[in-house]
Amino acid sequence: MKWLNQLFSRRGQYDALGEEIQAHLDEKVEELVAGGMSREDANHAARREFGNPALTEEDGREVWRWASIEDFFTDIRHGWRRLLHNPVFTAVGLLTIAIGIGANAAVFSVVDSVLLRPLNYPHSEQLVSLHQVAPGAAGLADFENGLYLSASMYFTYAEHNQAFEAMGVWNSSVANITSMAEPEQVRALGVSDGVLQALAVPPEIGRWLSQEDQDPHGPQRVMLSDGYWRRHFGGDRSVIGRNLIVDSHSREIVGVMPPGFRVVNEDFDVIVTLGFDRAKLILAGFGLHGIARLKPGVTIAQANADVTRMLPIWMGSWSNGPGSDPHWYDRWQITPQLRPLKQEVVGNVSDVLWVVMGTLALVMLIACANVTNLLLVRVEARQQELAVRTALGAAWGRIVRGLLVESTMLGLLGGALGALLASAGVRFLVAIGPANLPRLQEISLDGRTLAFTLVLSVISGLLFGLIPALKYAGPRTSLELRSAGPNASVSKERHRARNLLVIGQVAMALVLLVSAGLMIRTFRALRTVEPGFTDAARLQLMRINIPESLVGEPEMVTRTQNAILDKLAAIPGVKSAGFVNAMPMEGFESGWDGIYAEDKNYAESESVPMRFFKYGSPGFLQTAGTRMVAGREITWNEIYGLRPVVMISENLAREMWGSPSAAIGKRVRQYDSMPWHEVVGVVQDVREHGVQDPAPEAVYWPPYAANIFGPGPVNTIRTMTFEIRSDRAGMEAFLNEVRQAVWSVNSNLPIASVRTMQDVYEKSLARTSFTLVMLGIAGAMALALGIVGIYGVISYTVSQRQREIGIRLALGAQRSDVLQMILRQGATMALIGVIIGMACAFALTRLMTNLLFGVTAHDPLTYAAVAALLLVVALLACYIPARRAMRVDPIVALRYE
Amino acid sequence: MNMKKTAQRDLFPGALEMMILRTLKRQPLHGYALVQHIKRSSNDLLQIEEGSLYPALQRLLKEELVEANWGISSTNRRVRIYKLTAAGAKRLESEVSSFERMLQGITQVLAPEKT
Repeated sequence: MKWLNQLFSRRGQYDALGEEIQAHLDEKVEELVAGGMSREDANHAARREFGNPALTEEDGREVWRWASIEDFFTDIRHGWRRLLHNPVFTAVGLLTIAIGIGANAAVFSVVDSVLLRPLNYPHSEQLVSLHQVAPGAAGLADFENGLYLSASMYFTYAEHNQAFEAMGVWNSSVANITSMAEPEQVRALGVSDGVLQALAVPPEIGRWLSQEDQDPHGPQRVMLSDGYWRRHFGGDRSVIGRNLIVDSHSREIVGVMPPGFRVVNEDFDVIVTLGFDRAKLILAGFGLHGIARLKPGVTIAQANADVTRMLPIWMGSWSNGPGSDPHWYDRWQITPQLRPLKQEVVGNVSDVLWVVMGTLALVMLIACANVTNLLLVRVEARQQELAVRTALGAAWGRIVRGLLVESTMLGLLGGALGALLASAGVRFLVAIGPANLPRLQEISLDGRTLAFTLVLSVISGLLFGLIPALKYAGPRTSLELRSAGPNASVSKERHRARNLLVIGQVAMALVLLVSAGLMIRTFRALRTVEPGFTDAARLQLMRINIPESLVGEPEMVTRTQNAILDKLAAIPGVKSAGFVNAMPMEGFESGWDGIYAEDKNYAESESVPMRFFKYGSPGFLQTAGTRMVAGREITWNEIYGLRPVVMISENLAREMWGSPSAAIGKRVRQYDSMPWHEVVGVVQDVREHGVQDPAPEAVYWPPYAANIFGPGPVNTIRTMTFEIRSDRAGMEAFLNEVRQAVWSVNSNLPIASVRTMQDVYEKSLARTSFTLVMLGIAGAMALALGIVGIYGVISYTVSQRQREIGIRLALGAQRSDVLQMILRQGATMALIGVIIGMACAFALTRLMTNLLFGVTAHDPLTYAAVAALLLVVALLACYIPARRAMRVDPIVALRYE
Repeated sequence: MNMKKTAQRDLFPGALEMMILRTLKRQPLHGYALVQHIKRSSNDLLQIEEGSLYPALQRLLKEELVEANWGISSTNRRVRIYKLTAAGAKRLESEVSSFERMLQGITQVLAPEKT
């Protein structure tokens, strides 16, 4: 550490040098005096010979300095001092930057956690989701999830693929665990061999489920999530080998997955094997998610080709029963579209996040513009000082550096504050974030976000320091020395930078406000859509599963469900009750299949469009507030009598017979051997998959019937959503009565997903409301910053022009003229900003088309309203300083001179 | 380093340092004595400002080519006496040899005119 030593010893060196030089001079003088010179002459001669001692000393000192570093520290010291001497300026600047940086850092941490960071699996880039599309299978084709895999597809792909290191299929469901103290409904994942192997996250204890556990006739096994293990077994490691009764089957616990482990997006309590009985598999049954790990070096295109190659193998190896044509699926045009697992996990949320990120970047720019304006004003105030320094020989670069150091310090301090704000902001974002925001638990403020904040701080610091530096530290500054008296009139040219900044701010604020406005319009449009149910807040929902171990016979299942309904309807304050296999937007998927009408001719094995199938009790439509358009609901007598009756949706009725009333009495069926079912009712269209998605064409089957789930005996659905219409929905006391009512039928019935329809509805709007809130916040910030910007510039102009205004007034100008003059200046800037902003918004809002509903990205009303708002607000911001200008006392203003 | 002020117009950069090192090789000296010695031995042909010696000495000190200790001069003053270090001796050697090569080059270029 030689240099460090020197750094600290150098003050001693300086003293020594001074003393040494003095000694040198003394010695010289003495010598000259000894040679016969007078002391005075000797003194002169010695100095002459020596040169300038002060300069020599300085040169000597210079040797020891790290010029650039030390100047840098000096700059920091001076900058610091200047910041402290202007607390108001510093506070305003810091706050502006902190808000801008804080908001950006918070959103960055979300973008980073959700979009940028790899998934929490080893080498997650090799993981793909086995996404397939089937354009020939209408109804399935446009569905977001494409065509799921069937079990037979799994076996074909697992056994014949060349592209995968591991592949498997999975689905999520609920399961009842009855071996614990209370019966409990838990989130279960069914996995085939290959899923855990592909994800490759080692178990916390025990082992993975694998091939050997897959035999439906062999011993059954289960894995636990870390959370379930800790909740129910207190993290006891000896749990391995114990048994758990899952859906009435005893399963041996073989392992526990580590905390935070999820399959794709799915959280779970237990994982069970999907025990496919190979001998009974058919081609159909497309209900499984596929996942695979690509072999190293295999691309997605190669894997797609591999799956394409296997599709004929699949069709050649299985059938849909005797006499069916296995190559019927050729018409579906099943096409693999494998996609990175991350894309599957992140889904469409990336649109939202990028829009929000872009929005906040704009806010940051506006904040920078404001701080730049502040700095410009300050540098202007220091102009004389800077001119003097330049005249005294200070290097141009040195002055620029000083200004940049100061602004960068401001940026860094603001960034530090911003990081604090961001950590609060992240918590806020996670709290208001859409519940279905993927990877929500992974969001955190980490090193990457802090690095991002640091970079942002430095860049913004340099950015807003650069303009004043370039403008005022230029070589021509020395000219200003003469003219820049404190009350000299200011030329228009001097204001140009500030005016441009304000125009830019107005333009950016307009873009943000237009985006926010479009989201508001979207939200309103979504709210006005008739979803197919009414008064969601007074509709209580819950899911009840009746396991085979409790009730075996299908008819008894339906009778039990019926008995529950009766008990529920008897609760005081309950208007009506019903059950259905899934309520709209609930996220439990019903099946899709085609139906054939009796009075239509179909070419042999013609494929018909897929329809959305629902299975509900009598009264479930009325309870939900879904209108009957024609006909009537199915009755209990028809259900128990196994009468072939069915209801269809209005859009389906119109498609097939032109009008709802024409559909009544017509007969339809799902497949050839099914009896014809008579259409007894036509139901209003229901937005099953969210308000944004159009209502599917739906068929409403009885909940208990012969032949409704493909060929076979009488059957039913064991898990139903019960809906109760009551003013007391959601209240705890009411829910207790509801539970008691259910348990009075059978005390072993597990109840799950207790919520109101309003919760479901809100959740389906979560993405839109999240975007709306974020854009709203950004828009409000932009507006506030824009107002501050305009106000600041106008009031500064007024203070600079005081003398000029005084002269005008003294010469007889009316005060209203002065007011107009100032307002006109503000209005001109605002107008130019609005026009530029309009053009930018016109181009940029196209990016958010995906988020909009019921409004185009170029909605004239939004544009006009926002433009008007901005202009009015801008004029208001000018009005205050303009009034001050009006009140200028000419005497005072002129005496100022 | 700031060369433009310390290097005299009739000296090339580094010449002063080289002469100081050479002088100190013979014996440790203090500043004044060093100046006088260099002036004398060049028969006053080299016009150097006495003061310019000190920044040069500071540079050598910083590079640890010389070291300084306080002592008493012949005129009984407290002075800093400079001494060549091992590194300084080495540097002097390389400087002198490169200077000689340079001088030889210059001489060869100038030679034809003389013959």
